[in-house]
Amino acid sequence: MPGLSKKKDTGKEIKDADQDKGLFQRLQQGLLKTRSTFTGRLDRLFLGKKEITDDLLEELEEILFTSDIGVTTTQELIDSVQEKVVRKELKDPEKLKDALRDHILSFLKVTEVPHPVPEPGEPLVILVIGVNGVGKTTTIGKAAQRFRMEGKQVMLVAADTFRAAAVEQLVVWGERVEAEVIRQKTGADPSAVVFDGLTAAISRKIDVVFIDTAGRLHTKTNLMEELSKIHRVAGRKLPGAPHEAWLVLDATTGQNAISQVEMFNKALGLSHIILTKLDGTAKGGIVVGILQQFKIPVKYIGIGEKLDDLRPFNAEDFVQAIFD
Amino acid sequence: MFESLTEKLNSTFKKITGRGRLSETNVRDALKEVRLALLEADVNYKVVKKLVEDIRERAVGQEVLQSLTPGQQIIKIVNEELIRLMGGAKKGLELLGRTPHSLMLVGLQGSGKTTTAAKLARCLLKQGRKPYLIPADVYRPAAIDQLEKLGAQIDVPVYPTDPALKPEEICLDALSKAGGEGADLLLIDTAGRLHIDEALMAELVRIKKEIRPGEILLVADAMTGQDAVNVAKNFNDSLDITGVILSKMEGDARGGAALSIKAVTGKPIKFIGVGEKMDALEPFYPDRMASQILGMGDVLSLVEKAQAEFDEKEARKLEKKLKKNEFDLEDFQSQLRQMKKLGSLEQILGMLPGTGQMKNLKQLKPDEKELIKVEAIINSMTREERKNYKIINGSRRQRIARGSGNRVQDVNRLLKNFTQTKKMMEHISKRGFANMESFFR
Repeated sequence: MPGLSKKKDTGKEIKDADQDKGLFQRLQQGLLKTRSTFTGRLDRLFLGKKEITDDLLEELEEILFTSDIGVTTTQELIDSVQEKVVRKELKDPEKLKDALRDHILSFLKVTEVPHPVPEPGEPLVILVIGVNGVGKTTTIGKAAQRFRMEGKQVMLVAADTFRAAAVEQLVVWGERVEAEVIRQKTGADPSAVVFDGLTAAISRKIDVVFIDTAGRLHTKTNLMEELSKIHRVAGRKLPGAPHEAWLVLDATTGQNAISQVEMFNKALGLSHIILTKLDGTAKGGIVVGILQQFKIPVKYIGIGEKLDDLRPFNAEDFVQAIFD
Repeated sequence: MFESLTEKLNSTFKKITGRGRLSETNVRDALKEVRLALLEADVNYKVVKKLVEDIRERAVGQEVLQSLTPGQQIIKIVNEELIRLMGGAKKGLELLGRTPHSLMLVGLQGSGKTTTAAKLARCLLKQGRKPYLIPADVYRPAAIDQLEKLGAQIDVPVYPTDPALKPEEICLDALSKAGGEGADLLLIDTAGRLHIDEALMAELVRIKKEIRPGEILLVADAMTGQDAVNVAKNFNDSLDITGVILSKMEGDARGGAALSIKAVTGKPIKFIGVGEKMDALEPFYPDRMASQILGMGDVLSLVEKAQAEFDEKEARKLEKKLKKNEFDLEDFQSQLRQMKKLGSLEQILGMLPGTGQMKNLKQLKPDEKELIKVEAIINSMTREERKNYKIINGSRRQRIARGSGNRVQDVNRLLKNFTQTKKMMEHISKRGFANMESFFR
């Protein structure tokens, strides 16, 4: 294996405070967070309310806005509720709650975007992209672990040749999940690393290849072009590759996420969205409008820094969490 | 940076401009739009509510100054409120008492602490300080490596962190070694953490207790949404931060987080990060930022930026030329040469008054690859041609094209673009400068 990283800052991924907590306890914590229906914001709001008032609607609007569900989507949701109230289809605050949930769910239920699948015997190639600091490398580590648990051979390609020590960071993850990391030195042409990586993956009969790219703001034309080049080079080495392009979004991000999805989708055509950092207090409501507009499914959510902290997206749980 | 909010507010005020005097109705209409624009810009819901209330109180019943339209009057009030909220005059670092001083960077994962630490170190080095970078992130893989590499790039010593130690032990040991390294200022890069992670927040409190840093700066992503208030509040409650650095300001985020964080912590925003390069750190100017939000441009910022990188004489020349619209290809060429230092053309144009209102500015946005081509073409011109582009006839165009390895069409396109840019600048200097100056007297 080429270039093992220095050992010094590896292996400390489990924080002291969590060390003695078992998986069960952590799961419980997680569930408490997403399912505390009793004390949820929405239920508190509706508690003891007999009719739908303007105040109630305003408070509803606050919940939606503070979840980062943007202006357009919030207005659409509130307008539709208001219409129903005016048409007397909705009188009961309890029903209003259900109507709102269903409406948001209808936005979130998105079918798969058509994307190529690997030929038998060829690796599945996944390109992971996003702006700086959203958690691309961590997501790759955790996603690689999921495939490893299924017994798949995984390879990681270090195409972030720009940021200092980005390669080393991926190498540490490679060690953790026992996946080979294909790398060149910092400053190398990322497309060349990808070409190398795919060559190695094909000859070694690897099942899944993750390409880790440098974080880039979607407004930087030249960096977006670099991404298109990586995409092209991958396809030249292995027709159909990359089969999937995952955009990693930080749940803490506000309305700018829309611009991110738009630009990255325009440059490459996204197959999936990964929503990270949902373990904080941010609700990630921005994806509601994004899914409504772009119809790109959320594949996973990130809920922590540990190996198993990447979970499939569940629309019902997600909506529940918005109102908690 | 705030273009989108700018555009939004401008279109709002265009609607109420010329509808007679400021009345309760047009205040209400305008504020509806201001509210949505601010929400769209990610300003926190509660902060927006308070801000809009404050503006309403001030605006309704206020007499419109004779020289202003109602729209301008409201822009003036909104502008003043934004400045007030974002904190008045600019604030630098306050590091007092005996050296070595310490400064601690804290924040969520991925907000840009490590990059910011190195940028700050470089900036302080330039000011004659002797910074010492302390990697105290023992959790994220290769975080220590990253800071070591950045330190080497900018020629600043980096403390050789032993990741087996606790962060507070690392900082204490680094403090004791600072003198030996000839350092007078410790820059502590802490691990990214969630504001609700009690164990890790307690770790920061322990570092603070041991080191007593003069500055604790929260590094926050300019793209942050509504959650900015929760993050800032928790960090401030635990650590009593001394200020904020807003990172990733070079994108197209509307940056409402700036307003939210200031409103909830009361702590000044001291710097903004505007790129991945080591010199992409700038002071934060609330007044300039507010006028930028409102599309009144930022000539001051432009001039200052130019002064720092060009010599003063050249900056004055540029400013004068921009104002008088005497901008020729010669200036364009020297500008291209300075481009890397000065920031992108788009950034520069964004700082000029009136450009925020120009929707088509986005189409004029220069492609960085295109710029290389353009520079080659201009380099192939004679000085005379650069001074007066009108003399560039067909045969000259052919020569220039051959000389620069381009096609004649490329030369034609450049000249066309240049005349367009000149026209645009004419437009700015007429409608931008003149208009704005009369407007805020």
